[in-house]
Amino acid sequence: MKKILLSLTALLPLLVLSGCNMVVFEPQGPVARSITDLINWSLIWMLLVVVVVFGLFGYIVWKYRERPENKDYEPPEEHGSTLLEIIWTGIPILIVIALTIPTVKTLYALEEAPKGYEEKEPITIHVTSADWKWIFSYPEQGIETVNYVNIPEDTPVLFKMTSASTMQSFWVPALGGQKYTMPKMETEMYLVADNPGSYDGQNTNFNGRGYADMKFEVLAQTDEKFNEWLADVKETAPKLTESEYDDLLKPTHMGRLTFSNTHLEWVNHADPHSKAYTNPELYRGHGYQGKTFEEEDNYKSNQPNVMENHGQGGHDESEDNHGGDHNEH
Amino acid sequence: MIMSAKVDTSLPLEYQTEQDRMNILGFWVFLGAEIVLFATLFGVYGVLYERFAGGPTHKDIFVIKDVMIQTVLLLTSSFTMGIAIFEMRRHNLKGLIIWLVITLALGAGFLFMEINEFIHYAHEGATMQTSAFLSSLFVLLGTHGAHVTLGIGWATMVIIQLLKRGLTPTTARKTFIIGLYWHFLDVVWIFIFTFVYLKGLVA
Amino acid sequence: MKAKITMEVTIMSIKWDEFFITGDPLILGSQIAIVLTMIGAVAGITYLKKWKYLWTEWLTTVDHKKIGMMYIISAVLMFFRGGMDGLLMKAQTAQPEMGFLDSQHYNEIFTTHGVIMILFMAMPFLIGLMNVVIPLQIGARDVAFPQLNALSFWLFFSGAMLFNISFVIGGSPDAGWTSYFPLAGKEFSPGIGNNFYAVALQIAGIGTLMTGINFIVTILKMRTKGMTLMKMPMFTWTTFVTSILIVAAFPIFTVALALMTFDRLYGTHFFTVSGGGMDMLWANLFWLWGHPEVYIVALPAFGIFSEVISTFSRKSLFGYKSMVFSILGIALLSMVVWVHHFYTMGSGPAVNSFFSITTMAIAIPTGVKMFNWLFTMRKGRIKISSAMLWALAFVPCFVIGGVTGVMLAMGAADYQYHNTLFLVAHFHYVLIPGVVFAVFAGLYYWWPKMFGFMLNEKIGKWHFWLFVIGFNVTFMPMFFLGLNGAVRRAYTYSAESGFAPLFMLSAIGSIILAAGFAVFCYNIYWSIRYADRNISSDPWDARTLEWSTASPVQFYNFAKLQEVKSLDPFWHMKKKNEGLTLYDSEIEEIHMPSNSWLPIYMGVIFGIAGFLLVFEWHIAAALAAIGIFAGLIIRSFDYNEGFHVKKDEIHRIENAWRKTEGEVHDHVS
Repeated sequence: MKKILLSLTALLPLLVLSGCNMVVFEPQGPVARSITDLINWSLIWMLLVVVVVFGLFGYIVWKYRERPENKDYEPPEEHGSTLLEIIWTGIPILIVIALTIPTVKTLYALEEAPKGYEEKEPITIHVTSADWKWIFSYPEQGIETVNYVNIPEDTPVLFKMTSASTMQSFWVPALGGQKYTMPKMETEMYLVADNPGSYDGQNTNFNGRGYADMKFEVLAQTDEKFNEWLADVKETAPKLTESEYDDLLKPTHMGRLTFSNTHLEWVNHADPHSKAYTNPELYRGHGYQGKTFEEEDNYKSNQPNVMENHGQGGHDESEDNHGGDHNEH
Repeated sequence: MIMSAKVDTSLPLEYQTEQDRMNILGFWVFLGAEIVLFATLFGVYGVLYERFAGGPTHKDIFVIKDVMIQTVLLLTSSFTMGIAIFEMRRHNLKGLIIWLVITLALGAGFLFMEINEFIHYAHEGATMQTSAFLSSLFVLLGTHGAHVTLGIGWATMVIIQLLKRGLTPTTARKTFIIGLYWHFLDVVWIFIFTFVYLKGLVA
Repeated sequence: MKAKITMEVTIMSIKWDEFFITGDPLILGSQIAIVLTMIGAVAGITYLKKWKYLWTEWLTTVDHKKIGMMYIISAVLMFFRGGMDGLLMKAQTAQPEMGFLDSQHYNEIFTTHGVIMILFMAMPFLIGLMNVVIPLQIGARDVAFPQLNALSFWLFFSGAMLFNISFVIGGSPDAGWTSYFPLAGKEFSPGIGNNFYAVALQIAGIGTLMTGINFIVTILKMRTKGMTLMKMPMFTWTTFVTSILIVAAFPIFTVALALMTFDRLYGTHFFTVSGGGMDMLWANLFWLWGHPEVYIVALPAFGIFSEVISTFSRKSLFGYKSMVFSILGIALLSMVVWVHHFYTMGSGPAVNSFFSITTMAIAIPTGVKMFNWLFTMRKGRIKISSAMLWALAFVPCFVIGGVTGVMLAMGAADYQYHNTLFLVAHFHYVLIPGVVFAVFAGLYYWWPKMFGFMLNEKIGKWHFWLFVIGFNVTFMPMFFLGLNGAVRRAYTYSAESGFAPLFMLSAIGSIILAAGFAVFCYNIYWSIRYADRNISSDPWDARTLEWSTASPVQFYNFAKLQEVKSLDPFWHMKKKNEGLTLYDSEIEEIHMPSNSWLPIYMGVIFGIAGFLLVFEWHIAAALAAIGIFAGLIIRSFDYNEGFHVKKDEIHRIENAWRKTEGEVHDHVS
């Protein structure tokens, strides 16, 4: 009974692997593909380990189990074997080396624009994560979007990431791995999309009540469409003001927004000396409330009446028409 | 406590019973944990020591003369603690108590200076809440200071027991352990002096 | 949301309207249940007139076996609490966009689930078994510092209770068991929930640190004659190395929690966004402790498996020396891998490469252990008892946890796994087979030694199969959910995501898992009521010294301290029929430590001071802390030398159990 069960456990991964398409195994760009290749390489070795250990385990337990026939069998005194110890130390070392080399190579490769795209001029997009929304600034183009980001296909995009609030993590699994966004820090990541299409992105690092819905869309477009979109935004989108920006950073959910300027004009949260936009009063929840501390650089002291003006604190489902019809994807 | 019956009189008083030997070993292990604790605090200070957040820097607040006096007081107290243990090994109870009291007086002097130092910092507008640098400075110094305070209280208890019971394996062991503790605090201070004050003034 | 700005000038103003958590039927139900249980317990003890018994035999005891049992009982209770949290999470995610729990409630539940399972279930369960077994395995009469041992327990218990009341009084911590800053700071979590985390874990942590010191000295100094380091049983070895890890790692956590307390209570800037604080510092400090912590729970578990596999294969452990060196290797490596918990923090490829290599290197000694276990069974005669079943199931399940661990260790690949359910599945595949299976194996194995009767084998098998099947059905789907982009700690997901079937499967698995736990509880009840009391003191035909004395063990453990000549000493004593008889002339008076009320007093006073500190009532907390110093002073002046057990009494006790030998039942088959 046990053996049948164990073989079932071993079969389960194969069953599920064949049964559904997993985003990590369907890379849509060179960055994600390099990681998928690494994962596939490791899977081969790990499957080998699993097969060997499971096989050995099943064989030994079956062969040496206590049965009525072997009641009188007295196991031998046995203390070990140096040869065997060397074998099962040596082989894992070889496997670890086999995994280390491509891991290190990939780690270094991921820091730069992917191979084959070095020639192409990358575009830089600043990512600012806030509670619970994603703000994308295109400094060269002078535009800013919230909760969606349009990129040209086949072009390396350099994301410069920071956070206006807690530690968060920027992840577009179809295009590449993830990296943290942190206040007063900057992290960088390259992504490339092979084809036009819509890809899901989200925060993976827990950051409070609104965490589960902190998602965004990456829309990869042809150069032509992308430029059309840029021109359209430049022409029709409103300007973001500082006080609107202060509101934007409050802990809320919202739909998509588009602006024809960027908040980098007055604050870059990656700067270690930038203003902190913290305001504990907006995070009061249930339970006993403790003392909070006034900070010279905090949000509240600059904006005493912010709560009275925009204190809905709930789901501000504002929407604009520049983000395209995202429901279609 | 379990095998207190066997007393080996060829050893120094504090090592004569198995239980006392175990207590001393246990205290060494505890000091190992204390080393990790202070190492972590030094690490934290090392990470945050240049994050002034617009507040005062090392040079704005450190007064080298006062720190030198503190250092001399504490180093001397470690020396007098050594003499106290030496007197204990000679079974000289009176000498032991006198040198212990001198040690504690020096320790109290150190504490007095340190409290003054903190008051001075506060007057300069440098409090624990001012910046990450000051948070880590106050917690590092404060943890050491709290250890010294605890040591003084603890040694006082031991002195009372010495007066009441004289030198027995148990009181000798207790005295020996507080001695170890005191030397340890002295070593920590040497690191604080070097990595906090000297480095801060040079930087 | 309240817009009230709180800058109280008063030191202590109690906001009664916020004191009790209200408005949630689940929590209201718990509040009523807690009150009823407490009234019931008090009434029951009073009715049975057991207060004195409880006080003298248990609450003030310094006996390592009873302390161990109290640890285990607490751990089973905490297992229930942590398991309930887990079930609630599984119920909430069983379907997309469920409205069973709101996000705040879900956040609190996964936070307490993590903290309780690691710190208040796994640790005390193992420390409990260590307490019961280690002095017996090394042939000693107690630990080095029995009263300190009791203090360790009461501090752990106090911390656990303080943490557990948070969900009915004051509000639960809700920043995850890792409590990453800045989220866990006052800037983003102004409620006092996370104060509970900082204070309760601090109190419990002090207790754990003292346990570590206690066991290092016990194992170094109290081994019986002839037991050199390389003749120690494997569980003793793993306990020793774990204790060293505790002493090396817990002070880091002490500091981290202290800094968290300062940030939250006194407005310092260690991990804050403003004032130059550094959130990454918390992550580093937390995992500098947190990764060794994983091995602090895993190593003793490996020790338990070694004992169980060796006993039930009727063979000594294969490759004993390489087992010892692999433990040391794992312990050393565990101190230099912490960054693998945040490859995604952008530390650069050189740092990530280094930590990828050290992390993957841990697989090497672990693999060595795995093969040695397999070869211990080879050529053996494997008796498949309940205890052995857990050890057997451990092998394949832990291998899955291990290989996915290697996959996660590869820094670049981790960019795709990090913070997804793939990671969650991985660490459950490591911790449940690695720790939970081990404590079950250990409990079935040592239960007769502790209580003098066995847990029922038949019910034990139901417990085993339900639990193991439930475990695999719960966590296997999570690997695939993770690879498909499902993230951890999200209270819900959309219907379009396509996650629903696997989440549902996982929820069904958790019910089977819970059924397994229920059968386990039933087994304890059944065995207490009906199990055969007339059993041998060595029911498994075991190999180490704990089986050479009575079951349940007499309070002084051994009438005569044994001399050990080899590994598996009791096995060889039985083979050669040496040292099994006790002669009258060998009986001597035994010195034992007295009970003490101080440890429980310290636990209570730490609990009270901690509670007041959590609510930020500083003056009251300081007043309560005076009680802590009073306790220390009383301890300093305490010269109680213990008592001596008279020869007559030893004679009587030894005769009682040695005579029953020969007419006992063979219960294994």
